[in-house]
Amino acid sequence: MATATQLSAPHDSGRSGLWSWITTTDHKRIGILYGVSAFVFFLIGGLEALFIRLQLARPDNTLVSAETFNQLFTMHGTTMVFLAIMPLSAAFFNYIVPLQIGARDVAFPRLNAFSYWVFLLGGLFLNASFLVGAAPNGGWFGYVNLTSRQYSPGLNIDFWVLGLLVLGIASLAAGFNFIVTIINLRAPGMRMMRLPVFTWMTLITQIIVVTAFPVITVGLVFLMFDRFFGTTFYSLAAGGDLLLWQHLFWLFGHPEVYILILPAMGIVSEVLPTFSRKPLFGYAVVVYSGALIGFMGWGVWAHHMFAVGLGPIADSVFGATTMLIAIPTGVKIFNWLATMWGGQVRFTTAMLFAMGFIAMFVIGGLSGVMHSNPPADLQQTDTYFVVAHLHYVLFGGAIQGLFAGIYYWFPKMTGRLLNEKLGKVHFWVTFLGMNLAFFPMHFIGLLGMPRRIYTYRPELGVETMNLVSTIGAHIIAVALLVFIYNVWRSWRRGEVAGNDPWEGATLEWTIPSPPPDYNFTVIPEVVSRLPRWSVTQMKAIPDVPPEPIHVPGGSYWPVVAALGIIGMATGAVAHALWIVLLSGAVLIFSIYRWAFEPFEG
Amino acid sequence: MTPAAAHYTSTGLDNKKLAFWAFIGSECLLFGSLISTYLVYKGRSVSGPTPHEILNIPVTSVSTFDLLMSSLAMVLALAAVSRGDKVWARFWLGTTAFLGLVFLGFQYYEFTSFVREGLTIKTNLFGSTFFTLTGTHGAHVAVGVLLLLTLLVRSFQGKLGPEKAINVEVTGLYWHFVDVVWIVIFTVVYLIQ
Amino acid sequence: MPHRYFLVALGVGALLATTACSGPFPQSTLHPAGDLGFEIDRLFRLLLWLAAGVFVIVESLLIYVAIRYRARPGQPPPPRVHGHTLLEISWTLAPVVILIVVAVPTVQTILRTQRPPGAGALEVSVIGHQWWWEYRYPESGVVTANELHLPVSRPVVLSMTSADVIHSFWAPRLGGKRDVIGGRTNRIQFTPDSIGVFLGQCAEFCGESHANMGLRVVVQDSATFAAWIADQQRAPAPPDSLGAAAREGLEAYRRIRDPASNTCIICHAIQGVSGGLMGPNLTHLGSRSRIAGDMIPNTAEGLARWLRDPVAVKPGSKMPNIGLTEPEIAALVAYLQSLR
Repeated sequence: MATATQLSAPHDSGRSGLWSWITTTDHKRIGILYGVSAFVFFLIGGLEALFIRLQLARPDNTLVSAETFNQLFTMHGTTMVFLAIMPLSAAFFNYIVPLQIGARDVAFPRLNAFSYWVFLLGGLFLNASFLVGAAPNGGWFGYVNLTSRQYSPGLNIDFWVLGLLVLGIASLAAGFNFIVTIINLRAPGMRMMRLPVFTWMTLITQIIVVTAFPVITVGLVFLMFDRFFGTTFYSLAAGGDLLLWQHLFWLFGHPEVYILILPAMGIVSEVLPTFSRKPLFGYAVVVYSGALIGFMGWGVWAHHMFAVGLGPIADSVFGATTMLIAIPTGVKIFNWLATMWGGQVRFTTAMLFAMGFIAMFVIGGLSGVMHSNPPADLQQTDTYFVVAHLHYVLFGGAIQGLFAGIYYWFPKMTGRLLNEKLGKVHFWVTFLGMNLAFFPMHFIGLLGMPRRIYTYRPELGVETMNLVSTIGAHIIAVALLVFIYNVWRSWRRGEVAGNDPWEGATLEWTIPSPPPDYNFTVIPEVVSRLPRWSVTQMKAIPDVPPEPIHVPGGSYWPVVAALGIIGMATGAVAHALWIVLLSGAVLIFSIYRWAFEPFEG
Repeated sequence: MTPAAAHYTSTGLDNKKLAFWAFIGSECLLFGSLISTYLVYKGRSVSGPTPHEILNIPVTSVSTFDLLMSSLAMVLALAAVSRGDKVWARFWLGTTAFLGLVFLGFQYYEFTSFVREGLTIKTNLFGSTFFTLTGTHGAHVAVGVLLLLTLLVRSFQGKLGPEKAINVEVTGLYWHFVDVVWIVIFTVVYLIQ
Repeated sequence: MPHRYFLVALGVGALLATTACSGPFPQSTLHPAGDLGFEIDRLFRLLLWLAAGVFVIVESLLIYVAIRYRARPGQPPPPRVHGHTLLEISWTLAPVVILIVVAVPTVQTILRTQRPPGAGALEVSVIGHQWWWEYRYPESGVVTANELHLPVSRPVVLSMTSADVIHSFWAPRLGGKRDVIGGRTNRIQFTPDSIGVFLGQCAEFCGESHANMGLRVVVQDSATFAAWIADQQRAPAPPDSLGAAAREGLEAYRRIRDPASNTCIICHAIQGVSGGLMGPNLTHLGSRSRIAGDMIPNTAEGLARWLRDPVAVKPGSKMPNIGLTEPEIAALVAYLQSLR
């Protein structure tokens, strides 16, 4: 139905200006904050990648020193995982999930704001290490005892440990928030098996977050205690086991990769049906397979440790569990293909990226199955073959999925469509660039080039392929420039979108673009899984609220609390106890004020 | 928006309570990792005092009993708040907090006597894992005591009526969880050697 | 149209693969020269073919669906199909079957390659250091570094540990890698089946010069290997038999410097001269083809470059730049090259 579309910017009058953004507790604004911040960190991580690739374009190259290179690849990995992909996904959790379940906001809006500010400050903290010339340099996986005080005496690893602990707090807070939101704030009639797949994948992801992050927290705390207080957790001299770190890290680390991919899979599960004009094939199976992946993801961690010498039984068991997890993953792909089969496929940019996800994730998944084989993995692990695998699943998979989400939901968030011609250029240039960048890495690895080396000998014979990979990386950068231009141009001057530019099936398309502060004039009563496509139509949502809706006014205590946390981390890295204590006091004080301020969530 | 509509939830469970159960699930993984590390390193210290030599089971049994009694007091506090009984609410909240402080006192005594006997967090694997595990638990008890004292102050300010019982219930859940974790620690560290 | 671009991309990829895949690849995993390498390669090729098959099927389906079902103007809405139980079961079970086909030879290979070694195997202890490899042959008492000599067709067991951080021993043509970890001993066992020189390098990030921790495995026929062992066991020539330059070099080697940590004999061992354990054993340095973690040719020029400034060659090197004069360097080179 045609409504008078409002061309307002994403905030109403009286709620504009920097202060309103700093104190916002509106999930939509927080979503935009996450999205913009994450994208900036993504560009920083991308720059780090370009420097890495430039250094490796030629053997025996001297563009950057060994120490700088080690910092570059450590920060590239840490940034992309924790500061780019996770918060880009969070941008969509925040903006879209309440809309999809028919809610006015998340369960704990101030906690939501807190999560964002802690993330931003944590990311700034990590990158501030560059300013003191001590960026983390122990790899994103930080194996002890290289990262112990004895072999890494500088501040680099201190920044890394504290930065990750801070980011963990942000993720955990958001995790609890979204679990409660999705379970408890659904509109009447929105049964669990009527939830959009994106919301389901969000729920599963958050459950993984709140169970996996405590494990790495413990591992990091052990490392921090060893480095700061001389404890013996990872001390060989005291009889400690260096593998303790690896077990704790990968018990977190493997579920973490499902945290990275499930939201993108959820996005693909929304985009494909919309642009095939057909419901998702096998909805229940897709949901269950997501849950199964989340659950089984706990049983595979030691496949990162096949070269460590765990013994034939452990190797066999983890090889088997890892192979098994390929099954629910494959099932999703088949269901996606079946969704398109018999449909009417419209090749919008969002759809291209969703299809690109399938095409590239299959490659990454297949190399993953090769890694699952313990003997074969003894040749592949720690080589560029793994780098190929992880970039196919994380760039070809997660990032493409997130771009599909951007093109799909940008109109909802801004009221304007991204330009489709530019979008297609973005897609195809990315497709070319990513395959040039990452496909040769399969060969480079099999021909004997290990990971994490700042240079390599010409005798290896891999220089041409390295050069091709470097060129591919730069082509990706060009594609990103096209995308940035598209966003900049379309935000204010793009074609007006209206409520439902794509003829989508789910609740977010029933309300204006961008939605009013209160989202829904009345909470909808849901009668089917695909409210806008269903034969049984739900009651129409009025254009104006029948009675005034009060929307909470925002709060600054989440920011202050976040500052308290980052203050403690800063004091720790500076070895200044008074800063730690003072910031701790600020934190406790702000929690009390937060708890007792009048705020109607 | 009427209060009833504001409190509508899909499951009927209050948001705070649901959040709290999710939090407890997460904390199980936290303490699980700490306890697993303790078990993995048990018996592998190459020097320094061993558990057998230094742990005092009789004294720790008393502090365990104290913590259990504090859970009982917590239950009674919730009941009092729910029925609007200000006097008993304050009494039981205060008792729970007091018993919590007593437990912390026992921990302080134990830690300082261990240090005197040559076991610090740096001494050996037992020291590192023991102090980190029980220290983390103690920190959780301390946070719980702060929560209880806050509730007590609110009660004295007349702001802890039956409509606020949910806050006491959630604090109670936290307190009982911390108590259960202690039972596990007591069993694994002290009783099974 | 989407499919045309995809085929172009595929063609470019294939072209790259063929053009870039020429010439000798000394660290290739695809050209095994030992039983462990062959076992792994066999499994890998099975996986590769299966993966290629799945790839072709899935990508073809994707391309087919994109072409066949693309939206055309004036079409009625497509039928609402929500699922199909039999199809779900089939495409769940089919991967299970494929995985079982893979799992059986995999477990067999794991058990075969991790079996306890036989009695006649040659044992070598490998100790990883930042950033070089130490080898000790218990059977013959030989101690050397970076260049591992092995006899062809005899089973060998590498018992490995680290003196500092975690490293990983990897000579790809001879088989998979194994991490080298302080506080534990890991084993690789294999039988090399070709004579030749096989390059490798550390494959676990171990700090600043992780990239500079190369190694080479020299596989020789049994006579040549026995001769090598004998050479390595022989004591170095007595000082009086050395030439003038070499004798000067020996003096420079033994000189006590300030600070004391700049003194060669503190870190290095040369039989009959010094017993340092921090750096590689230099008793037969002259017999090795490369130095500094297999990074520099063992020529007069290479040795001089290393001695002049080890840290410039190998960032973070524990061997400091001690400010040797050029005459000292020339003398040391003469001495070190005499240690065959």
